[in-house]
Amino acid sequence: MDKVTNILMAGVGGQGVILASEIVSEAMMKAGYDVKKSEVHGMAQRGGSVTTHVRFGKKVYSPLIKDGEVDILFSFELLETMRYLDTLSDNPVVLVNYQKILPPSVTLGKDAYPGNIPNLLAAKYPRFELVDAVGIAKQAGNSKAVNVAFVGSLSRFFDVPELVWHEAITAMLPPKLVEVNLKAFALGREQKY
Amino acid sequence: MKVLLSGNEAIARGAYEAGVKVAAAYPGTPSTEILENIVQYKEIYAEWSPNEKVALEVALGAAIAGSRALACMKHVGVNVAADPLFTASYTGVRGGLVVITADDPEMHSSQNEQDNRNYAKFSKIPMLEPADSQEAKDFIKLAFELSERFDTPVFIRSTTRISHAKSIVELAEPEQREAPTELQHKFEKFVMLPRNARMRHPLVEQRTKDLAAFAETFDRNEMILQETDIGIIASGTAYQYARESYPAKSFLKLAMAWPLPEKKIREFAAKVKKLYVFEELDPFYEEQIKAMGIAVTGKAVFPICGEFNPATAASGISGGTAKNETPLLEYIPPRPPNMCPGCPHRGIVHTLKTMKLFVSGDIGCYTLGALPPISAMDTCICMGASVSGAMGVDKALGENNLGKAVAVIGDSTFLHSGITGLLDIAYNQGACTVIILDNRITAMTGRQEHPGTGFTLMGKPAKQVNYEHLCRALGIEHIRKVNPYDLAQVKSVIQEEINRPEASVILSEAPCVLHRREFKASGKAYTVDEAACIGCRACLQIGCPALEWHNDGDKGKAYINQGLCTGCTVCAQICKKTAIGEGK
Repeated sequence: MDKVTNILMAGVGGQGVILASEIVSEAMMKAGYDVKKSEVHGMAQRGGSVTTHVRFGKKVYSPLIKDGEVDILFSFELLETMRYLDTLSDNPVVLVNYQKILPPSVTLGKDAYPGNIPNLLAAKYPRFELVDAVGIAKQAGNSKAVNVAFVGSLSRFFDVPELVWHEAITAMLPPKLVEVNLKAFALGREQKY
Repeated sequence: MKVLLSGNEAIARGAYEAGVKVAAAYPGTPSTEILENIVQYKEIYAEWSPNEKVALEVALGAAIAGSRALACMKHVGVNVAADPLFTASYTGVRGGLVVITADDPEMHSSQNEQDNRNYAKFSKIPMLEPADSQEAKDFIKLAFELSERFDTPVFIRSTTRISHAKSIVELAEPEQREAPTELQHKFEKFVMLPRNARMRHPLVEQRTKDLAAFAETFDRNEMILQETDIGIIASGTAYQYARESYPAKSFLKLAMAWPLPEKKIREFAAKVKKLYVFEELDPFYEEQIKAMGIAVTGKAVFPICGEFNPATAASGISGGTAKNETPLLEYIPPRPPNMCPGCPHRGIVHTLKTMKLFVSGDIGCYTLGALPPISAMDTCICMGASVSGAMGVDKALGENNLGKAVAVIGDSTFLHSGITGLLDIAYNQGACTVIILDNRITAMTGRQEHPGTGFTLMGKPAKQVNYEHLCRALGIEHIRKVNPYDLAQVKSVIQEEINRPEASVILSEAPCVLHRREFKASGKAYTVDEAACIGCRACLQIGCPALEWHNDGDKGKAYINQGLCTGCTVCAQICKKTAIGEGK
């Protein structure tokens, strides 16, 4: 496979977006691909919007995805999804975790949180999917495993053996959290929507 | 073994494989993780220095003693370290000395986007510029070889997209190097008296010529000859972006940003029909190439300001192809960075706002207090400028300044470069009030130790600076301590001190809420008594992420997110109807 696959991960600081990107990158490296990923640390992380670019394929040059070439938008939060729609390719997968985190202008009552996001996305993107990763994580026994449950859902789109994903998760998490996260991953991977 | 490493992790690994003995830095995005990763290699002595000047001097001392040494900093940190840097160029080294400058195009977390390739030319120090993590690791080792071979410090320039991007790296075993056992007395080389410096300067000029000759044969300055209608000269991530857009065109990939390989550039230029130089920020190569008399296109079509991206090369060379779709949402509420719930800075900056003071600000989390809804900061220039800037304000306005202005500076920033400004205030009798926000850690960059925290980078217990004694020793007579969560106390103490026609320091003492060792949460989230809340929104003015506005029919009420509230009590003190309380 020569074409590079571009995943844009989006969310809010504290949701575990970066760890999710670490797991996916590790899995793709173990699966034999060239991998690059890029994000911004520091000031931007204090409760602000977070994005990570993950790219894999035979040979990857740029650590950033070119606007208009995002194959999969992997979004941890409804509103964050909307910020990056102009980066998407022609027939993208739009995989969205059903979670709302209110931005400050909404908590302050100045703006309203847009109410119809799933409908807007469903109408425009045939490959839009809504995932209740919070629910899956709770089902797995730890509500903090949202990001790994959501990675489980993402994993369905790649021809990478489940064992490789398990190795990546085991490599990236502290030992005591591996079991519950493997369970969350498995539930996310199996879930039918 | 192959692993995925960020540029910063790769630099740390490269230092280990190169047998570095001493590494010093002051934290600064995007460079911070280099030393955070170096500590895992027990063979290396690693320290957080109080500032970048000290870090470079420590590293230079280690190099003069004969070991390999590394100093790391963000781009603006090189400004602080520039004094030893320019003279280290004259002295050269004994063991290798490598200086990392991590530039921040786009200013993701910085106050300017200076292009530190200019420092290489200015200080006459060679500079390597990696384009991914593998090169970041390889170039560190190469930089040490060059440093020892050419008797010079060597720069490695990273940028945010190198430091914070991960790519695959092949690990190697560390070099076995013998530790130096004795010092050498080399008066003419290391004592930069005018007579010795005059002898060193011609050697420095010759060294640049020798390095330029080396650059011609250096195989990492790589010519990739393919289709020759377009040739692109590029380095760092800019090379990756251009190569992605034009995989079949010809490239001269510069691994060495300074000095440049003139013959190789001429050779490349002669082989291609149209020559571009694709460089982020300044026209650094472009000016040099034009000075060689070679026709080249650069900043005429590519931007100077901001970070490049994978579309920049194509839009400059072939014209843009912007999508013009109607967005699904007309307006998306922004999500700017904010101080954490319970942050000890919040009560202070809010109080400064209510007092309508002119606030000389500084670099740290509290700078977020410049943003709405708090908007309580009037300047932010560089590390330490709040203190000396407040002195300038005081001397400019004289008596008219009484009761109107303060400086705010964090503990780590104060130790970095606020002390000398305070010394000036004490010595030259400024009637300034300086608030030191001591949250017991370097918070903004991710909680690094410093001389006030009681621990070193390597985890050893350490002496802690005593701010009160330090300020007193500088000559400050009025030193007050406040609890930043007690707003009445904060306000009355600030009021008293700004109206005193003498210098004073207010020490605000409370740990960062993310400081695992020191912060003890009360564990009691506050709630809003809906019956008592009149919907005046006063509490919302502190911009706490835990405070929400719930529209309830025609009348709105404040609400506290129980998962986020730390029980810091600041909002409860602001509420005029005492509607906010513990478990109400």
